[in-house]
Amino acid sequence: MIVIIGNGIAGVTAARNIRKRSDEDLLIISAESKYFFSRTALMYIYMGHMRFQDTQPYENDFWEKNRIDLLQAKVSKIDTVKKSIETDGGQNIDYDTLILATGSKPNKFGWPGQDAKGVQSLYSKQDLELMEVNTKDIESAVVVGGGLIGIEMAEMLLSRSIEVNYLVREPHFWGNVLPKEDSHFVMKHLNHHNGITFHYEEELDKIITDETNRVSKVVTVSGKEIPAHFVGLTIGVHPNIDLVEGTSIETNRGILVNELLQTSEQDVYAVGDCAELRSPRSGRKAIEPVWYTGRFMGETLARTVTGEQTKYDPGTWFNSAKFFDLEYQTYGSVSSVPIDGIEDFTFSSRDGEVFLHFAFDKTTKAILGVNTFGMRLRHLVFNEWLNKQRSIETVISHLATANFDPEFYKRYENELIQRFNTKYNSNIKPAPKTWWQKLVS
Amino acid sequence: MSEKLIDYQDNLSISGKKAQELGQFQKIGTALFTLGAFLLIGATFLRIIVIPAFTLMLIGAGLFLHYPGKKYGLSQLVLKNSNYIQRFGMVMSLVGLAITIVAWLGVELPNPTLFLWLTGTLSAVGILVYTYGSYANQSKGIKNNYVWNNSLTGRGLLGWIAGIGLTLFYIQLYWFSSSLKPLIGLFDPLSYLLKGKAADQWFVYGTIYTFVILFLGIKFMVKYRHNRYQLIRTIVVILSQLVLAYFIPNILESMNEGVGYFSKDLKNVWPLNYYFTESWSLDNMTQPKKAGPSGFFFFVWGILLFLIVTPVLTYLVGKRWYCSWVCGCGGLAETAGDGFRHLSSKKLKAWKIERWMIHVVMVFVLVMTVATLWPYFSGKDYVIGGLTITKSAYVYFAAGLSIISAIGLFVLYKKFASKYLFWGAIILGIIALALSFALIFDLKQVFVIDSRFIKKMYGFLVGSAFSGVIGVGFYPILGNRVWCRFGCPMAGYMGIIQRFKSRFRITTNGTQCISCGNCSTYCEQGIDVRSYAQRGQNIVRASCVGCGVCAAVCPRGVLKLENGPEEGRFEPNPIIVDEKGIRLGE
Repeated sequence: MIVIIGNGIAGVTAARNIRKRSDEDLLIISAESKYFFSRTALMYIYMGHMRFQDTQPYENDFWEKNRIDLLQAKVSKIDTVKKSIETDGGQNIDYDTLILATGSKPNKFGWPGQDAKGVQSLYSKQDLELMEVNTKDIESAVVVGGGLIGIEMAEMLLSRSIEVNYLVREPHFWGNVLPKEDSHFVMKHLNHHNGITFHYEEELDKIITDETNRVSKVVTVSGKEIPAHFVGLTIGVHPNIDLVEGTSIETNRGILVNELLQTSEQDVYAVGDCAELRSPRSGRKAIEPVWYTGRFMGETLARTVTGEQTKYDPGTWFNSAKFFDLEYQTYGSVSSVPIDGIEDFTFSSRDGEVFLHFAFDKTTKAILGVNTFGMRLRHLVFNEWLNKQRSIETVISHLATANFDPEFYKRYENELIQRFNTKYNSNIKPAPKTWWQKLVS
Repeated sequence: MSEKLIDYQDNLSISGKKAQELGQFQKIGTALFTLGAFLLIGATFLRIIVIPAFTLMLIGAGLFLHYPGKKYGLSQLVLKNSNYIQRFGMVMSLVGLAITIVAWLGVELPNPTLFLWLTGTLSAVGILVYTYGSYANQSKGIKNNYVWNNSLTGRGLLGWIAGIGLTLFYIQLYWFSSSLKPLIGLFDPLSYLLKGKAADQWFVYGTIYTFVILFLGIKFMVKYRHNRYQLIRTIVVILSQLVLAYFIPNILESMNEGVGYFSKDLKNVWPLNYYFTESWSLDNMTQPKKAGPSGFFFFVWGILLFLIVTPVLTYLVGKRWYCSWVCGCGGLAETAGDGFRHLSSKKLKAWKIERWMIHVVMVFVLVMTVATLWPYFSGKDYVIGGLTITKSAYVYFAAGLSIISAIGLFVLYKKFASKYLFWGAIILGIIALALSFALIFDLKQVFVIDSRFIKKMYGFLVGSAFSGVIGVGFYPILGNRVWCRFGCPMAGYMGIIQRFKSRFRITTNGTQCISCGNCSTYCEQGIDVRSYAQRGQNIVRASCVGCGVCAAVCPRGVLKLENGPEEGRFEPNPIIVDEKGIRLGE
């Protein structure tokens, strides 16, 4: 029997793909929820866009039809010698193969008052239910941490007319990932929204509570006092390795795995947020807590455990997000700080709706990465351009082929080409329109 | 911890289990609904059964949708969150609407010109004020906050009141229109202005319908002002209704051009417009005494629309050219119905029911048309625009068309191996055979049953009960496209083309999907868009009306409606994991 602990995207993808390739018994155990749901959609439940059941990608009978057993329980012990696990309820389950997909835990840095009522992070379904209780009938909130979950939390709070004060450690938004100019474009968009105040270069010092141990205000390192009925802590996540601590399974920050996603123990594997690669591919991190990594790892592992050993190789990096109404996609790598030998070309459209940032090699002119805000780009096309190291001129002149905006949307390619020509004194012309697949193949 | 957690899971409304199992309420509800539906068939013979039948169906639907503890107490939030401008607009609209309702309830208003003007202006300005209050101070973007918690759009009390009110209005409109006299009187001044004669119930209906599309269409445009596809599409759908379906037919009627509304609507295509082939309509278009100068044009245009324009455009851009760009039913669904789009069921079971129902209606309309045209042409020879049409000419034409279509379906069946195509070909073959028998043996009826009975059944069950009462009356309960999804034979016809022979698809952007479910939730046609997107597959579905909302609500820019070469339209481009690592399909 294959036992999977954790029913997030990594664990579930592994289970589904194992089932496609093998008839072995499969069991997924999760304490969070019986059925798989999309963690990324929690915010939409809070804002009333969707109900919980709408975030479940598969209907409930899917699991039975595919003979994937589900158990809602918390695993308390792993015995790698006897090859069995034990749940909180005292149930012992033997495994032939164990897959750990325990995900992440939100970071907390030991601030005074961080466990008070009304202070929380947002990761799990239970967190969302808690947030529902914590934000009932309140008027103001503080969000700490200038990243993706923080901005989602701010959007959630604003949707209920709760005033938000947002503490960002960096001098600009998501500063450890976005280049300054890109970040400023996002900030300009964020400032269009009423009810939110950004405090840049401000860090949380302590949380002050009232006599019922409920948060009443926060104090920043610079001494600023901000009244708040709710504090959202969104300063990143770390691998959830509680379960394996004290076992013989080796850990560092996460559960250490080799390129086959094997842990230090026979027949025990780890995928997704909780896994830490011993030797990540160059340019990639050892721990990548994103949806896509979880899915890729799950797919790769499914091959290995069904008899076809496959090394994990994540391919070209990509990611996406949405800051309120501003969509963001990235393909390849765009550094947050300038790097020697890499040229950056940025384009901010005259009407202020679109921002693109291209990074390319100064000598070979090969495209290295792109950030796009307010314009959708085709994944397939950019993936191909990046893999084949197309020159920046090719990319710029063929950009229309990679445009993925809905029909009739305003096009910016000509303006962008003009800007490029002016900056680099070149004479690029838009490529004649062809069906995008022709160019890719 | 785990004990408590599971307990919580069982009882908490927003989560899985309880809310998703079929409980007693759902079972009893299904039984009552089915019983009501059967009674409805009986109502073909006895009108009065309509009311108990629909009451049973409504109660059934209500019970089915009764989730114990479904709400989590946010309905007040909508009121708390509404601003003064919105409230002012709401009150203004309601006062305007109240005038119409007073007339509907049977009060004859003394000065119809004044009151009609009042009800129209107040409602219109009220909607515009509400729209301003809702969106003016909001940044442009997706605005779906609390649609599930709003009493009107989340199947709350207001939703049920609206659903029942609309249903009753439709029942009255179709079967008890004499009781609408005071309401019809209210619209006389406008009718005299446009047509030079007193209003009838269809004029009232058409006016309200057009009014709603116009003003709620404007609201929709403001809501989606960031999205040019939505803006252009909505302008076109509003103008189609206003000009093609309302002004032109009414003005033509004032010029004594025969019966107006349905038959002189340039964009009303058979088989949605099943009146087209009824004898009175054919006479109206083709017989010089009745037709007027435009009649023959409408006759030729109607045939071209069905035979050439529809398949060609559907091949080129998908059925959206009709369903979400010009169609009147679609126009109402996309404007007035926008707030209810998430209520359509995305379950696999619903899709199965849909495939059966829509194709049964298609066969029904085909049989009805063939059967009713037979006595029309077999009575005497008809002269249409210089051509004499004999009954054998009719059989050659209809049977020939059936056989050509059957061959077409069979060729597609060989390519796609879909059993629907196979049975479609067989049914068309049977129709051609039946027509030939009728000609050879000089039969009175093509399909044994009296054609008048078939026509009556279709008009009652499909034309009135399905497309009208259920199609619009149930907006707040089952979503805004019930008719388009489960019933419309025009949608079925174009659906087959869109699925098997078209350049249209919704492209999935590589592997960017995060399975959030916005696309599926807001698909009015109940397509589980996510199930394709998360596998990296393109969405090629017969039922897609191309409204473009899935692509709009996607937070990661994963979906794009587009037309392109047929090759590669179905090709999934998911992640490929193999010895070379993880790659995107090419």
